[in-house]
Amino acid sequence: MITIDANGRPINARPGEMLLDALRRAGLSVPTLCHVEGLPPSGACRMCVVEVEGQRALVPSCALPVSEGMKVRTHSPRALRARKTIVELLLANHPDDCLYCVRSGACRLQDLAEELGVRQRRYGGARTASKVDTSSPSIIRDPDKCILCGKCVRVCEEVQGVSAIDFHGRGSRTRVSTAFDEGLNVSSCINCGQCILACPTGALREQSHVKEVLAALDDPKKFVVVQHAPAVSVTLAEEFGLKPGTDIAGQMTAVLRGLGFQRVFDASLAADLTVMEEASELVDRLRSGGRLPMMTSCSPGWIKLVEQAYPDFIENLSTCKSPQQMLGALVKSYFAERQSLDPAQIFSVSVAPCTAKKFEAERPEMARGGAADVDAVLTTRELAQIIRMRGLDVGALAPGPADSPLGERSTAGKLFGASGGAAEAVLRTLHFMLTGKELEQPRMPALRGPKGLKETRVRIGDLDLGVAVASGLASARRLLEDIREGRRRDLQFIEVMTCPGGCVAGGGQPLGAGPEAVEARMQALYRIDRDERVRTAHGNESVGRLYREYLGRPLSNRSRKLLHTRYARRDVVL
Amino acid sequence: MIAPDIDFILRRHAGAGRDALIPILQEVQEAHGYLSREAIICVSRHLGLPASKVCGVATFYNEFRFRAPGKFHVQVCRGTACHVKRSARLLDATATALGIKPGETSRDGLFSLEAVACVGACALAPVLAVNGEFHACVGPDSVRRILDFYRGKAARDGTDGG
Repeated sequence: MITIDANGRPINARPGEMLLDALRRAGLSVPTLCHVEGLPPSGACRMCVVEVEGQRALVPSCALPVSEGMKVRTHSPRALRARKTIVELLLANHPDDCLYCVRSGACRLQDLAEELGVRQRRYGGARTASKVDTSSPSIIRDPDKCILCGKCVRVCEEVQGVSAIDFHGRGSRTRVSTAFDEGLNVSSCINCGQCILACPTGALREQSHVKEVLAALDDPKKFVVVQHAPAVSVTLAEEFGLKPGTDIAGQMTAVLRGLGFQRVFDASLAADLTVMEEASELVDRLRSGGRLPMMTSCSPGWIKLVEQAYPDFIENLSTCKSPQQMLGALVKSYFAERQSLDPAQIFSVSVAPCTAKKFEAERPEMARGGAADVDAVLTTRELAQIIRMRGLDVGALAPGPADSPLGERSTAGKLFGASGGAAEAVLRTLHFMLTGKELEQPRMPALRGPKGLKETRVRIGDLDLGVAVASGLASARRLLEDIREGRRRDLQFIEVMTCPGGCVAGGGQPLGAGPEAVEARMQALYRIDRDERVRTAHGNESVGRLYREYLGRPLSNRSRKLLHTRYARRDVVL
Repeated sequence: MIAPDIDFILRRHAGAGRDALIPILQEVQEAHGYLSREAIICVSRHLGLPASKVCGVATFYNEFRFRAPGKFHVQVCRGTACHVKRSARLLDATATALGIKPGETSRDGLFSLEAVACVGACALAPVLAVNGEFHACVGPDSVRRILDFYRGKAARDGTDGG
């Protein structure tokens, strides 16, 4: 440890770390617009400039390594003036439409203009008038609101390994764009929405389905049902000021009923079904010499990456649909039949922590008889918006249980919300299927936590299974490259989640969450798994009943028809 | 299908890394006169770089063009000396006469227009160059005459831009 002097107060710093990190740990908030925690500094925005004794110019603290005895002033008049000028210059060509902007109230640029006391337009710059790109089913890009901080570009490249976007042009004509300025829908974008989480302004947002959902709720001829993904109940609370990691499953169910949804189903139950089908598929592949390692298929961004960049691994993907699409298929078949409803009358909504789920719901493979199984997908943020719009108080409602028959879950299905959880859930059931006995230690610490790549070996009878878990597609790509090169013949089963940390950190989740918040969200899921009794998919009575009454058994003809799909090579400009 | 000349260039850069990107783009432009979408995709695949990144690098530099140049490539100098001699007006007049903006190619494929930094002939300012032939002290009024000269030349050659 070394000591530096910040505003006349000694603070501790770790040798080699950047000044900004030391300042923030000491509780000194220095603003930035371009810093991405966990990635190398880019020094693009200059908002984090501080005065350092002995240096003539202001220095960006994000890119300045600390040194012993360093004396800094973080909020000197000079530093504040520089920051304010930067914001004023950024505002010079920014559209003045905060009242209409999706980010109003959650915009870093707006916050900083407020904090720094910008009260008039000092610089009037030429406005750009770019087209808003609405081509993608998941993400909308509004380049006029872009301040060129570069966070989306870096997250897309360094965290996700996708690089669908980059800086084009230079100087005052610089812009963020796809290759050849084509629409996001035909680009290599995998719809994950991590760019939305990174964006400090309203330049990136999800393709909203709020209107469609409200219209359906208002239509007496529609039977409107909703499912919520495992990771939503542990993050929605943040939208209402509660601390990260608060589970409000019961209240959320009550709120969804209050909004007028006629049935509230739990996608975690479909995750249990995914476990049954996926474990059976793995048994099948292990016994019949099928393609290994088998890779999970619940994360639609990951699926698109494989289709476009790793078509040689399509055979490795489990044929299971994602929980969202499994439940969607069951709602318009099993549930419709039981309720004597015409499937065309049902409007099926999914609440997901994810923007790629919007893309997935629209995939032609996910339609049966020409109609989509899932009609609209709301992100956690969009659900919060509807709740606020309808004036419902989440805290004041008594918790309600989910609806039967598609509402009761095990904790295994719930674990799908955290990276490693799906693998853990599958291994619990796989053990039971192969040995007839439960795993002695169902909890797998090696597969838990936010790390990008996790591995373990599991002994099941005389089988020694190599399991890897990747989250963040840059991590997944490294693993795939290793497998391609033949270096990882020891692996039989791989879970991949597109977003770093899994769905708890999905692109549709509440904004502004740092690594601690993501960790707290994960812990909330782990607590649920610790505290409840039914911890395996095969132990879920509702799953058993579904197979007895309707599906037969895992991988039966009906299961294959409703719960499985096929993927194919996708031709996009990489 | 990779065009044979691009294939030839890429073969010459077999096993090259990302540091070879700009030289390769230069060679491709030398061969084709511009960087087509297809050429950029070939180059990005060859180097294992995302196409968005290759586009990013290529659009950063003024030297790269993304549309096929015309039979006659018109460059208007916007260097300091030419600027002082009102080359902005010259550029406007040329653009109006051709009906295209800088960076574009006329529909008949005959002319393309480019604004360039100093061409090193400051004594002749303002300078307009057509396929490397310099025209000195060009006023806005003489633009049409110069362009007509090249139109006539094309007609005599019996060629159009296509």
